[in-house]
Amino acid sequence: MSPEMINLIAASTGETLYMVAVSALIATLFGLPLGVYLATSGKGELFAAPWVNRVLGVVVNATRSTPFIILVVAIIPFTRLIAGTSIGTNAAIVPLTIAATPFIARLIEGAIREVDQGLIEAARAFGATPLQIVLKVLIPEALPGIVLGLTLAIVSLLGFSAMVGAVGGGGLGDLGIRYGYQRFMPEMMLAVVVVLIVLVQAVQSIGDRLARRLNKRIRHA
Amino acid sequence: MAHVSDRPQAKVFKGEFMNAPLGYIGDTPAQRLIPAQPIVRLEKVSKTFPGRDGQPVTALRETDLAVPQGSILGVIGRSGAGKSTLIRLVNGLEKPSSGKVIVDGADIAALPEAALRHARRSIGMIFQHFNLLSSRTAAQNIALPLEVAGFDKTEIRTRVEELLALVGLSDKRNRYPSELSGGQKQRVGIARALATKPKVLLSDEATSALDPETTRSILDLLGRINDELGLTILLITHEMAVIRNIAREVAVIEGGRIVEQGDVFDVFTRPRHEVTRSFLAAESGRALPPYVASRLQADATPGSQAVIRIGFRGPHATDPVLARLARDLNIEANILSGSVDEIAGRPFGTLVVGVPEASVSITLDFLKKHGLDTEVLGYVA
Repeated sequence: MSPEMINLIAASTGETLYMVAVSALIATLFGLPLGVYLATSGKGELFAAPWVNRVLGVVVNATRSTPFIILVVAIIPFTRLIAGTSIGTNAAIVPLTIAATPFIARLIEGAIREVDQGLIEAARAFGATPLQIVLKVLIPEALPGIVLGLTLAIVSLLGFSAMVGAVGGGGLGDLGIRYGYQRFMPEMMLAVVVVLIVLVQAVQSIGDRLARRLNKRIRHA
Repeated sequence: MAHVSDRPQAKVFKGEFMNAPLGYIGDTPAQRLIPAQPIVRLEKVSKTFPGRDGQPVTALRETDLAVPQGSILGVIGRSGAGKSTLIRLVNGLEKPSSGKVIVDGADIAALPEAALRHARRSIGMIFQHFNLLSSRTAAQNIALPLEVAGFDKTEIRTRVEELLALVGLSDKRNRYPSELSGGQKQRVGIARALATKPKVLLSDEATSALDPETTRSILDLLGRINDELGLTILLITHEMAVIRNIAREVAVIEGGRIVEQGDVFDVFTRPRHEVTRSFLAAESGRALPPYVASRLQADATPGSQAVIRIGFRGPHATDPVLARLARDLNIEANILSGSVDEIAGRPFGTLVVGVPEASVSITLDFLKKHGLDTEVLGYVA
């Protein structure tokens, strides 16, 4: 493998990591409160607002059911508004974030809903406000589940990021398509796949380990 | 597990109550312990839930209940009798459909949210499944109500140490709930409930998930807290043993109504309602031995024996009545089963005897004259 190829792979890995890290961060920033709200605004819940809950649910589902490549193209005007341009790595972060936010919200909603209702009752019984219940009970108790959800979201983002070559986003997926497929360089394709596998493994095992450490429900020796 | 207290359980009943001669208290209504000012009062409280099929479900109907300050009142009922709803009304986790819930002078149902949250700090609650945060250690769990109430770190640390010592868990302060036994978890639950120095403690089936020995030690702890801190305890349970061991007053709830209420000893020894009897039937000494039960018939036949249950309360518990029956009336009673129990710290004996059918009425007169409770259960040929 030539030094140029290695440089290409290194640069593309950097782009992928950059896109995934920034979009995961922003998506978590939006997805966490959204997920908590989805989990607590149903009928009879802490912030009961069944109508808002239903509307948000529909919006989240609609975003999640749009194929990612369509989303990338469909929101180009919006991307230009936010990023100032519709092509390049920074532009790619916009659709990645939009795709990941509802996904993360649903995962966090699920993790929060796993928390024993008895804990909410106990917290209400000793005089906690709904916000205190969220911050001191629900999120800490759901944390292992939240970490596993975020791990899953980051792994999915690695997959999504392969498609942003369509708007010149660069990254490993783009490299694999242009060099590995279009120029028919199987060794490049193989290298890209190997790097992606290593990245996914690394993210997954870090996430698993962190979730296990946070989970006090199981005894640790 | 370390038992916090090896003190005799009878000390739960304190002061005058214990010094009174046996049988003095509760024998006539006028001599009963005069209840202190009620700290919790339910007035004509009803609660209706919207049912699944649109049909409303009534959990409580026009219930009145008063919990005297400093007492331990146990509410016993079958599942679905309305006892969970009742206890949740007291700290406003449920709102009554009608009626008033007065705790320490405040109408809980009428309080706005912020005032209700404040009021809840003076009403502690413990739960069947403990409801501890798995992500917090014992000490951190106990600290939570204090954090929520806005105490500063130093105050919280001091208070948590006191509470850990009170429930006998100082050496487990840094353990997570998953590393504690059921009894230890409930001790953490109790410490957490006491953190904000409440005036009332609500116990929602707090020992139902524990084995009998652990139940005993938790009840001892609750008794000691009642004794030492003067804390009023309202507990709900489906276990007669809990009432018998700790409660001073009992209310029997069935179908959303309180069907019987009073001093534990009185209610247990002279049950008036069928539900109370059925709870008692499960207790030792109340059930007939199978060889009698299988042959029991409702009507007398010539030559049959009447089966009579005799209840010995208070001062009569030790009278040699059967010996006198034989000597004075020449009636030989045949002992079928018997036991002596302690209820609320006082002895109560039950004896089931068989006497010849011909001498039933004279025997009953004799027993009543001696101040004993009698009940003819049937006849055996």
